[in-house]
Amino acid sequence: MAQRVKVDNGPLHGLWAITNRELKKWYKNYVLLGMSLVQPILWLGLFGKSMNLGSLFSANALNIPGLNIPKSIIDALGAEIMKSTFGTSSYFSFLAVGMLAFIVLFTSMQSGMSIVWDRRLGFLSKIMSTSVSRGNIIVGKALSSVIKSLAQATIVLIIATLLGLQYRSGLTVLDFVGMYAALFLMSLGLSSVFLMLALRSTSWESQMAIMNLLNMPLLFASNAFYPVRLMPDWLKPIVQVNPISYANDIDRQLLLGSTGMSSLAFDFAFLAGFAAIFTAVSMYMSWKYLTK
Amino acid sequence: MSDEVAIKAEELTKVYGGSLLAVDHISFEVKKNEIFGFLGPNGAGKSTTINMLTTLLKPTEGTARVNGFDIVKEPAKVRQSIGVVPQEYTADEDLTGWENVLMVGDLYGLPRSFTRQRAKELLDMVELTAAANKKVENYSGGMRRRLEIAMGLINQPTVLFLDEPTLGLDVQTRAAIWHYISKLRQEYGMTIMVTTHYLEEADAYCDRIAIIDHGKILKIGSPRELKEGLGGDVVSLTVSGSVEAAKQAIVQVLSVDVDDVDQATLRFKVRDASTAVPRLFEAFNASGIKISKLSITEPTMDEVYMEYTGRSLRDEEVSSEEAFRQRATIRRARKRWPSASR
Ligand SMILES: Nc1ncnc2c1ncn2[C@@H]1O[C@H](COP(=O)(O)OP(=O)(O)OP(=O)(O)O)[C@@H](O)[C@H]1O
Ligand SMILES: [Mg+2]
Repeated sequence: MAQRVKVDNGPLHGLWAITNRELKKWYKNYVLLGMSLVQPILWLGLFGKSMNLGSLFSANALNIPGLNIPKSIIDALGAEIMKSTFGTSSYFSFLAVGMLAFIVLFTSMQSGMSIVWDRRLGFLSKIMSTSVSRGNIIVGKALSSVIKSLAQATIVLIIATLLGLQYRSGLTVLDFVGMYAALFLMSLGLSSVFLMLALRSTSWESQMAIMNLLNMPLLFASNAFYPVRLMPDWLKPIVQVNPISYANDIDRQLLLGSTGMSSLAFDFAFLAGFAAIFTAVSMYMSWKYLTK
Repeated sequence: MSDEVAIKAEELTKVYGGSLLAVDHISFEVKKNEIFGFLGPNGAGKSTTINMLTTLLKPTEGTARVNGFDIVKEPAKVRQSIGVVPQEYTADEDLTGWENVLMVGDLYGLPRSFTRQRAKELLDMVELTAAANKKVENYSGGMRRRLEIAMGLINQPTVLFLDEPTLGLDVQTRAAIWHYISKLRQEYGMTIMVTTHYLEEADAYCDRIAIIDHGKILKIGSPRELKEGLGGDVVSLTVSGSVEAAKQAIVQVLSVDVDDVDQATLRFKVRDASTAVPRLFEAFNASGIKISKLSITEPTMDEVYMEYTGRSLRDEEVSSEEAFRQRATIRRARKRWPSASR
């Protein structure tokens, strides 16, 4: 048994093993995979299509008796109002891009759960008894959560496209690269936050409670459903520190050609800072606090 | 630390939550190539000690050296050189046995080609080759424990820690597990530290035993020494003829106290009956005393345990999370193969 092998003692060893395990558990579970897609698709189909805000401003809806405004003018006016409000004349397209952030948020939030279950089922003590570094446990899990998020976002995007998402003219591959980069940063940061919250937790109930407490406020205090410009003043500062807003802002500028709330460069810088800070903090915390 | 010592604990101490003294300044040595048993009731501090030695928990005070590495200062080196089979089942139920073993190899940073080769050998050794590609959720308790052992050996450790490896298993499976453990010591020269609260197992398979309760080591020694420590074997003999003469002969030859059980029967304790009784026979022969009946009872581990802990088995309150894990472990241990699979 004393035969010696070359062991990889580098700081990254075992990282992919942890990511790979999470991914295996995920794509082998078709039921869960399907279920997690149902929600954004329902929102897209029901909310996005039925709440067709655009039709409010069409000739059929706006028919003021006595005034004989030509139908084409009303329609053009409506489209203009929509465009200045949502940055696109189709509310569905506006919402669909918001849904990308929605699915990424929900998937990233789940990351904390995995650590709680690993602790309860004993797997965490196995990982920790091996020579893999504590930081890699967190980063490996965050990474798997990012990959899952991006895969789910891709499916949502495909479905939204089939349902009639109106891309801006002159779209290039680079726009999609930018979109993925934004979602990547947002997911990495959020996964790190939720993993950090779960580091010492042994109860999945409390983890669920945290998720339920935070998901809706995080979404509604962002530009996912509604543009920042029209929000009450007290809400604006919150929306403007919410990383979800920045991911949406980037994606809408790139895919829909909307005028953003800030420049692309600023959006990216904000998201990159968010991801870097929370990844670093969560790694530090896991070195310090991740124990049996 | 001499070359002969694999584990050396010095004043190792763990306090939970500022007040619960789970392990209380214990010191001991485990020699290389020895099976060292930690025997104690629920809540004695066995798992806490193992968790500190395997670097999962930081000691509150004191330290230990494992394979020459300090568990507080060089935890990474300790982890590299040891194998751990924790009390609870740790394999991922959603993956197959094979995938689990490979993953642990990856976590150690072993090259895949090596891991594959070794995983094959290990699964073969614990007789899981046929079930290697089945999901672990379908495994029986004994199979899961064997898989855990394979997972704990993938990095070629020289010291293996096993925490209650036979908890909740049936008698045959327990014997099989101990068979592997003995084999690892003999064929691979490993040092093994194992906790248990089954007295018979500690007695039959361990070279030396530490009895632990309330976080303190009460006694360390080989099973034989521990039993002898109780005053030795109980000999009772029935003589035909003069009881008084027999009594005198016994006192003369062995210098022990002798009790009368009834008119013809005497009873006494002697350190080692297997050498004492022949000597006694010679004396009886010389003075013409005849024995009609003889019985020798060696003390059991039960008695040793009673002597040092003052009780047989104690149930302690455990935290709800601990209780959950224990129940889960036992529930999974009870599972049968292959009825559990389709
Ligand atoms: N994480 C923890 N936090 C607080 N107390 C703990 C913790 N783990 C164990 N304890 C307590 O420490 C004491 C020793 O526990 P330990 O698990 O080491 O015992 P054990 O000998 O392994 O028992 P068992 O046979 O039940 O496995 C017990 O009183 C237990 O309740
Ligand atoms: Mg224990």
